This record gives sequence, C-alpha cells and structure tokens, in this order.
Amino acid sequence: MHELAITQALIGLVKEHAEKVGAKKVERINVVVGELSGFVGQSVEFYFDQMSAGTIMEDAKLSFKTIPMAGRCRDCSKEFDIKEMDWTCPSCKGSSIELVRGNELFVESIEVD
Amino acid sequence: MEIKVLKDILSANDQIAQENRQLLDSNGVFTVNVMSSPGAGKTSLILETIRRLKGAVQIGVIEGDISSSIDAETIGKEGVPVIQINTGGECHLDASMTYRALSNLPLQDIELLFIENVGNLICTAEFAIGAHKNLVISSTPEGFDKPLKYPLMFTVADIVLINKIDLLPHVNFDTDAYKKTVKNLNESVEIFEVSCTTGQGIDRWLSWLQNQLRNR
Ligand SMILES: Nc1nc2c(ncn2[C@@H]2O[C@H](COP(=O)(O)OP(=O)(O)O)[C@@H](O)[C@H]2O)c(=O)[nH]1
Ligand SMILES: [Mg+2]
Ligand SMILES: [Zn+2]
Repeated sequence: MHELAITQALIGLVKEHAEKVGAKKVERINVVVGELSGFVGQSVEFYFDQMSAGTIMEDAKLSFKTIPMAGRCRDCSKEFDIKEMDWTCPSCKGSSIELVRGNELFVESIEVD
Repeated sequence: MEIKVLKDILSANDQIAQENRQLLDSNGVFTVNVMSSPGAGKTSLILETIRRLKGAVQIGVIEGDISSSIDAETIGKEGVPVIQINTGGECHLDASMTYRALSNLPLQDIELLFIENVGNLICTAEFAIGAHKNLVISSTPEGFDKPLKYPLMFTVADIVLINKIDLLPHVNFDTDAYKKTVKNLNESVEIFEVSCTTGQGIDRWLSWLQNQLRNR
C-alpha cells in the first residue's frame, strides 16, 4: 500500500531535522499515528530497514504511538473514543459526531547523537 | 539528545500540493479530484460531463491508474487533452506525480480539470494533490455502509455523488441512511444522486460545476 511513500517521506523529514542540528547519528524516531490513518507500522519498519541502510538513521529504532479515534457529539458536546466504528454518542445516543482525534500522522521527535 | 520535530510526515507532499494549487489558480483552472472505489463510476462521470459540456467549457483530464491506460484512451477519443499517470504500483496519486502531469497540460487553455485518482478509498484521502474540490463517488451496489468503513475519505470530501441510482430497485442501498451517515461525518458536504447510464440527476451536478466555474 502507501507505506513505501510514507517511509520515503519519513526518511526525508528525519534527515532534514537531524542535519539541522549537525547530528552524527539518529537513534530513535518517535512517530504518532492515528488509528484512522490506515497505516501499517510493520510494513513501514520493513521499508525503513532497507531504505535507511547506509544513512545517518541506519539502525534507528522506530517507535509508533497510536492515537485511538475520538469523536465529539455535536448535540451534547461529549467527547468519547470511537470503538469498532461505532459513531454513536454514549451519552445521548446522538449520531452527529465530529472526529477530533485519529487522523494524525507526524514525527513527534527524534533522538540523536 | 531529543529534538522536537512535530511535523506531519506528509508535509513535503502538502507543500507541493500548495504549489500545484498556485499553478492552477494562476491559470484559472478549476480542479476536481475524483475519488472512489474501483468501478464506482469515476471515468463514466468524467465522460458524461465532457459530453454534456462540450463547446461550453474547456475541459482537461489527468488519469491516475496503477498501470493501465484504458481510461485515458477512452477519454482521449472525446478530443480533450488528457495525461495518463501510471503510479507504478502506488495506490494513490501524490502531489509531485500530479505536478509532472500538470506540466504536460496546456493549462492556459483549460477551465475545468478532472483528476481521476486511483480507485481506492483509503490512501487517496491522505495525499493532497492541490485540487480545489474533492469529489467522492459511491455507487449503489457497494452498499450504504462505506462512509463508516472509510470515514477519513468522507471527512475530506466537498461533494459526494451517489452513482448508479438506476440500479436502486435491484440493490440493497438505503439512500437516506447513507446521506445521514455522510452528513454526520461532514456537515458541509453536498450530496447529489446521479446515474451516468440514464443521465438522471446529472443536470444538478452540472449546475453545481458551472456555479463553481463562475465563482472561480
Ligand atoms: N448501471 C449503471 N452502471 C454504471 C453507471 N455508471 C457507471 N457504470 C458502469 O460501471 C462500470 C465502472 O465504471 P467506471 O466509470 O469505469 O468506474 P471507475 O473505475 O470508477 O472509473 C462500467 O461498466 C460502467 O458502465 C450507472 O450510473 N449505472
Ligand atoms: Mg476509471
Ligand atoms: Zn451526545
């Protein structure tokens, strides 16, 4: 799927930020991934191992923090986790729900040497 | 040493998408990114629109496909400029692929550009390409629960078409339930019901388009 494109973009972004501080080595990359982003961590790891070989981030540890989907009820303003795609407000049973979390896909930080 | 980055992984793509948008704006090209599952009717809708607006609006098309060029050939027969992008296995168009296609189109002669994205309801929603409007097509045989299975796609949509309404008597598609689900995910989206086969509902879609073109 699109994990190859994501991995390429990830490597570009990490490289830019590591070079900016004159790092010699990237040891860890902390990525935040929303549950909705349709992102398969294992296959990003697979591509990353190949594509990072010989770069500043070779052998870096990829860490993924998953953010569960959450919605806010437009009727009663309750915020709740959306489980198994059940878009119903647990408080008032309303179904007009705004997505407030779950589509994240960003690099939170990198640990460098 | 830990360095905060806090940057979207796809920010480089978003940047190029913005440049595409500027290029389109400076040429006055109103652009629609057409997304759906395979077979929902993207090519059929583009063809029907070209046929109806021929002579009135100058149209161009970018066809995204994983590997074939059948759709581009069909559209080329209508005599409009069309560029085929083969994504080489990628399941979506991205902004730089789109940029390369834009550079090969006579943009100054185009008023309305359709970009047929790869048939896929997941990844295409994540990669901005610079279009002015995101159009999502659902077709009645797909069932009416797609919006709940692929909510991201419906949250990025500006307009949703329910296609193949001629098949409603034969399929299990609850139009009201579908519309309610989509509106719940995305309050401001507009929803039209059409059939590219019988032409039913196409007039409303065309008047929406012409309205957009006037306000371009
Ligand atoms: N019955 C019916 N079939 C349609 C309609 N629109 C498209 N189709 C058929 O659906 C199939 C897929 O359409 P196509 O436009 O190629 O879908 P795409 O993959 O999204 O580009 C073709 O066989 C079309 O003839 C419609 O409104 N009604
Ligand atoms: Mg097609
Ligand atoms: Zn509620």
